[in-house]
Amino acid sequence: MTRDRRNADVIVIGGGIHGCSTALHCAMRGLSVILIEKDHAGRHASGVNAGGVRQLARHVAEIPLSNASMALWHDIAELVDDDCGFTSDGQVLVAEDEADLEGCRARVADLTLRGFHHEEMIDARELRAIVPAVSETCPGGVISRRDGAAIPLRATQAFKRKAESLGATIREGVRVTKVEKDGSNWRVTTDAGAFLAPRIVNAAGAWADRIASDLGEPVPLEVIAPMLMITAPLPAFIKPVVILRGRKLSFKQFDNGTVLIGGGHLGTPLRDENVTLLDWRKLAISAGTVWDLFPIMRGAPVVRAWAGIEARMPDDLPVFGKSARHEGAYHQFGFSAHGFQLGPGAGAVMAEIIATGRSNVPIDGLDIARFTTTH
Amino acid sequence: MTPIASIEQLAESYDLVIVGAGPAGLSAAARAAELGLSVLLADENPAPGGQIYRAVTTTPVRNRAILGDDYWRGADIVGRFERSQATYAPRCTVWSIGPDETAPGTFELGLSLDGKARIISARQVILATGAQERPFPIPGWTLPGVMTAGAAQIALKSAGAIPSGRTVIAGCGPLLYLLAGQLAAAGCQIAAVLDTTQKGNWSKALGAIPDFLRSPYFAKGLKLMLAARRKLRFVAGVTSLTATGGGKLATVQFEQNGRTGTIACDTLLLHQGVIPSVNFSNAAGCAHDFDAEQHAWVPRVDAWFASTVPGIAIAGDGAGIGGAESAALRGEIAAFGAASRLGKLNEAERDRQAGPVRAELEKKLRGRRFLDLLYKPAPQFLAPPKDETIVCRCEEVTAGQIRDAAKRLGVTGPNQMKAFLRCGMGPCQGRLCGPTVVELIAETRGATPAETGYYRLRPPIKPVTLAELAALPQTEASVTAVVR
Repeated sequence: MTRDRRNADVIVIGGGIHGCSTALHCAMRGLSVILIEKDHAGRHASGVNAGGVRQLARHVAEIPLSNASMALWHDIAELVDDDCGFTSDGQVLVAEDEADLEGCRARVADLTLRGFHHEEMIDARELRAIVPAVSETCPGGVISRRDGAAIPLRATQAFKRKAESLGATIREGVRVTKVEKDGSNWRVTTDAGAFLAPRIVNAAGAWADRIASDLGEPVPLEVIAPMLMITAPLPAFIKPVVILRGRKLSFKQFDNGTVLIGGGHLGTPLRDENVTLLDWRKLAISAGTVWDLFPIMRGAPVVRAWAGIEARMPDDLPVFGKSARHEGAYHQFGFSAHGFQLGPGAGAVMAEIIATGRSNVPIDGLDIARFTTTH
Repeated sequence: MTPIASIEQLAESYDLVIVGAGPAGLSAAARAAELGLSVLLADENPAPGGQIYRAVTTTPVRNRAILGDDYWRGADIVGRFERSQATYAPRCTVWSIGPDETAPGTFELGLSLDGKARIISARQVILATGAQERPFPIPGWTLPGVMTAGAAQIALKSAGAIPSGRTVIAGCGPLLYLLAGQLAAAGCQIAAVLDTTQKGNWSKALGAIPDFLRSPYFAKGLKLMLAARRKLRFVAGVTSLTATGGGKLATVQFEQNGRTGTIACDTLLLHQGVIPSVNFSNAAGCAHDFDAEQHAWVPRVDAWFASTVPGIAIAGDGAGIGGAESAALRGEIAAFGAASRLGKLNEAERDRQAGPVRAELEKKLRGRRFLDLLYKPAPQFLAPPKDETIVCRCEEVTAGQIRDAAKRLGVTGPNQMKAFLRCGMGPCQGRLCGPTVVELIAETRGATPAETGYYRLRPPIKPVTLAELAALPQTEASVTAVVR
């Protein structure tokens, strides 16, 4: 009975897209897996984010992981038997003025030197061709043509279902209360009894600092609640996802005409109550940005606003890789509000590290040691 | 009463903000103002009265017999409110509520009036947002010409308008007979009343009959029912309904005792009772329970109608269906509660003054249970059996899609369903699909509605335009941001 299994090769804590992807890839490698999730898969950050699948404008330390992930996204139905609502119409970073554009040029030049070619400069004419509705004053920008978007909860649950179909045990509604060493195993105590495994993955998102503390690796994790808004359906006017360089905005129109407005203004997370509070004055700033950039949107009714509970690290980079202190413990959290796209690839890389001890995908600069060791 | 003409005239803060100007909101506002609180009553409509007393001060329907004495009683409730010191904001939408983080224990409310938005604060809030009609998903219910009984009542009360051509009224519940009577009196051509009340409900409701016989509902209900049955073609025991037509309604097909009937008509009015309108209380974070007898989600409230969120009370049908007269009394009681929480009167005084109101309320609610049991909708009208029936009108999601996702994808609740199929993501925020989605998931998974849960709703509770938001007056809020 896999359902009541108490021992496995790997225990994954957290059922977001990262935990589910790692569980899936471990199962694909023939490892037995138990995934433990306190709510349901994709209940928080992985289920309610903007769904952006973006290589554009990422920190260089994340790019290899992001590239590995993008290859999987473009073949996602092959991997999880569900297209996850993935569409690829590119993402465009809009420069609002010449200074912005100069910054874009410098960035693309730097990436080229590093051997990354997914970001391309576009001039005002091409910008207008791709995003006709954008304000006349924008002089150009950057495009990443293979980028796109997916449906977050659907994607996360597809990973979960596929992992389960390959033999992984998924325990939803089970809360981890403690992680400790037990001989050569890790003992994971929950409100539904204890589980044992020689390897554990901490993919607990906004709650991951508590697992890290149990492992003697306290981290300065900040719990944040990035807010999003969605409008009623409007006539189709934009294909790619649009982000800005100067101001905070992420902007996407779905096939049904609704427009998602994100951009990272923060509400208040109450992580122990599983709820978030919205800050309408900050949402008003997002509304003002859209007002400036897309005049066509001015009369659009906003029908819903929400926020997810996410973990942010001080340097805005995830914590990814082996524990700095223990054999058989791994971290995969702190994706700082840009982890959804990384999920498929990060799970593959993590499973590779667990199974073989290493991965060819560089993850330098993402390890937990940057917070736990004093230099 | 001081009316507000523009949003700038609102104060920065009030002791008590009441949402909804039906009998509960009007009575709560009047009582709270009489107790010396600074009160704002905000309501979306141009005139007071809510749904039940809609347009009672402005209706063009002059013949009092058409709408009946019960309707005109609303004028007294409005009169008392107009004599009070409360502030009244008509045409004003309250679209958000949340804690005011700068002043713990108080609330921030987002309001819009004439295309302008503002955020004000309140020490106490009473939601008096009343009831909504229970969704009635049948094949063809999205055709032009099909509407709810409530919509027809709104047209009648506010504009004196009645459906033209042949009209069929279908469903169950006391309002069905009331509306049939009102429309017939106003000259509407009613082709038939199709009653979907389940025969088996009578035996379930028998135990509640003694109370019902002593209740105000009895005489009134009997009168309405007899009048409707005497004058109109009445078909009882209807077990299925289908609206058909190319581009607009042409016929209604129904089944009765296994026989099929068809009626040509221009308008079909559907109604199967009312349920608490929980969108506001849900978005405010109040706990709700599934009430098996009313077969609806009802906010959890105490004896003063205080919700589980300290400082928010819910008065009237929004806290469980009790009807107009009970709503007014519940508004009073909620106002006593709010006033005592604000220290305007001590608990002993509160209890003393509220005593007679409570006694009256008890009388008014007697007999309610019988109606709930008798008019509990049949399962096939709660969870439509035909796969092609549209359930979510905003996003055009069908019963078949919902059953499939629950079965094949293992979707366990409405919030996951929302992410898979987008039902409940439209402008109505689940008002028209929520109850049905819950029924379908529960039925497919062999769970109860209570176990299945309901949508988690988020503000804006009613849509607010980007322009209104963008122009929201800013404070010196420091804004941190993240690139996504």
